[in-house]
Amino acid sequence: MKIVVTVKLVPDPNAEKKIDPTTKRLVRAGVETVLNPYDEYALEAALQLKERVGGDSTVTVFTMGPEALKETLRKALAMGADAAVMLSDAALEGSDVWATAHAMAAGLKKVGFDLLLVGGLTDDGSTGVVPGALAEHLGLALVTNARKIEVGSGSLAIERETDTGYQQVNVGLPAVLTTALTFGEPRYASLKGIMGAKKKPIEVLALADLGLGEAAGGAGSKTELLSFAPPPARGKGQVVEAADGASGAHAIFEFLRAKKLV
Amino acid sequence: MNFDLTDEQKAIQGLARDFAQNEVKPRAEVMDREEAFPYDLVAKMAELGFMGLPFPEEFGGAGADTVSYALAVMEIARADASTAITMAAHVSLGASPFYRFGTQEQKERYLVPLAQGKQLWGFGLTEPNAGSDAGNCQTKAVLRDGTWIVNGTKAFITNSGTDISGGTTITAVTGTRPDGKPEISNLIVPQATPGFTRSKKYKKMGWRASDTRELAFVDARVPEANLLGKRGEGYSQFLQILDGGRISVAALSVGLAMGAYDEALAYAKERHAFGRPISKFQAIAFKLVDMLCEIEHAKLMTLRAAWEKDAGREFEQTASLAKLYAAEVSHRVVNEALQIHGGYGFMDEYPISRMYRDQKINEIGEGTNEVQRLVLARMMGL
Repeated sequence: MKIVVTVKLVPDPNAEKKIDPTTKRLVRAGVETVLNPYDEYALEAALQLKERVGGDSTVTVFTMGPEALKETLRKALAMGADAAVMLSDAALEGSDVWATAHAMAAGLKKVGFDLLLVGGLTDDGSTGVVPGALAEHLGLALVTNARKIEVGSGSLAIERETDTGYQQVNVGLPAVLTTALTFGEPRYASLKGIMGAKKKPIEVLALADLGLGEAAGGAGSKTELLSFAPPPARGKGQVVEAADGASGAHAIFEFLRAKKLV
Repeated sequence: MNFDLTDEQKAIQGLARDFAQNEVKPRAEVMDREEAFPYDLVAKMAELGFMGLPFPEEFGGAGADTVSYALAVMEIARADASTAITMAAHVSLGASPFYRFGTQEQKERYLVPLAQGKQLWGFGLTEPNAGSDAGNCQTKAVLRDGTWIVNGTKAFITNSGTDISGGTTITAVTGTRPDGKPEISNLIVPQATPGFTRSKKYKKMGWRASDTRELAFVDARVPEANLLGKRGEGYSQFLQILDGGRISVAALSVGLAMGAYDEALAYAKERHAFGRPISKFQAIAFKLVDMLCEIEHAKLMTLRAAWEKDAGREFEQTASLAKLYAAEVSHRVVNEALQIHGGYGFMDEYPISRMYRDQKINEIGEGTNEVQRLVLARMMGL
């Protein structure tokens, strides 16, 4: 089974983020680039699936981004992915969700897959729309929030997590899945993995390789970011003053009860 | 000149940091208090490849370089010195003698399980009456009918008595050289050797979760073939092992200083006095600046020694300079870091008190600071 996992190269989630007011884009300079944490969970799910299915199963990671960030993909290879493909073209800069999914779908068609795993959300943009848009552009079924994947012949039996429990879903291959965070913590890249990663291939594709000239980047986008604002500062909390612990606890209890929290 | 780490070195540093901060650091306090050897962390380090980091893949290692090794030791020591010395002593004292001096058969038999981290191994040089004066070895081995009969005692031997220790390589006097001086050879002594016993773990002030024991040899019977390298080369072999070991202790010292600095910086930002964080007072801010300055200096010296070793150059002097300086930096940084904590630093529940105890051995192990100065003075032709 050929499994492809999309990964996004995002600014370190632990770093302080700034938005450039002129470009309205996240400032990447001086901030380390890492694999989008949700995608690491998807990759973990893919690697577990590969280990279970065995045979000639492979895991390929696919990303769209500036070629300068190519080496960040080595981490995915060190964790155990077999190959990486990067779609990189200056014309893709400023792509919105539609243009991103349009270009990625063309790249993914070229790479080919039986199963496409996508992290549910990116840490920087956080639109959560790309998985659906990808499935739409690819003309494939999308199953979101998969928490358990069983492989049948030509199809998958999937448990998908919901607010109240889970649903049992069967889907034919090829298909697009987003993964829940239930496959366990993403594995560490071992020393052997790190040393072996440098020998694994990272293929770089440009738009011309996909026959996509038009409808790329800002020009091919259907939405425009008009303005942005930082989240409102958190208001001052309510301070409870009490003579002793017992009356303090009582005051807090009353506060919670008024809000119907207890 | 280029100070950039390679992508691979960065990746190994990142792995070591993630592992140390996520898996090791949260355990350090309890391990220290209970003197609990971290078998599960050793198993995880083995799985990730740290226990055989610098050895070639054909011998079960990860095939990384000395710079990566030093970076990994620093990151683990930053989280917990006991875990770091367990890993560092295993690699540089336990396994590396087999890699450097072993026959092909000895490498396959002993080095492979060590590099895979399935076994630990000790290196027995120090004796109760021969520390800095290591040439004054009192342990004797006499060859009789194809068996070395070993008698003597070794002191302070790391990794020698855990449940997964496979044995210890020891120095022993095996005869007299033509010039009348004792002939010293290295012998491989597996754990099950008749006449070889280990004491209980020492009660230590620091590195309390690491395994350190006294070894006794009473007519211990070691097969003749367990000679490591050639007979009579034990002295030059252990000097070479100690040269590499100095990079280890330098890295342990830098890592501990980094950890102490982390604690002091975080504390100085959150502790308020006179209406502001104490980091806003120059008395504290300047301490932190000086600490960072010294840490960076010691780190550069250590990585340079590692880089010289990787380049196949002479690195003995740089390694010795790095070990001496880094050990003294760890002393000053840990001391100031505790001072920044004030009275809380004196309390066991703050990690800095453990680091303060863990620090002292950096100035003693792998050649005391005094011996380091002696060695350096000789290298400088004084």
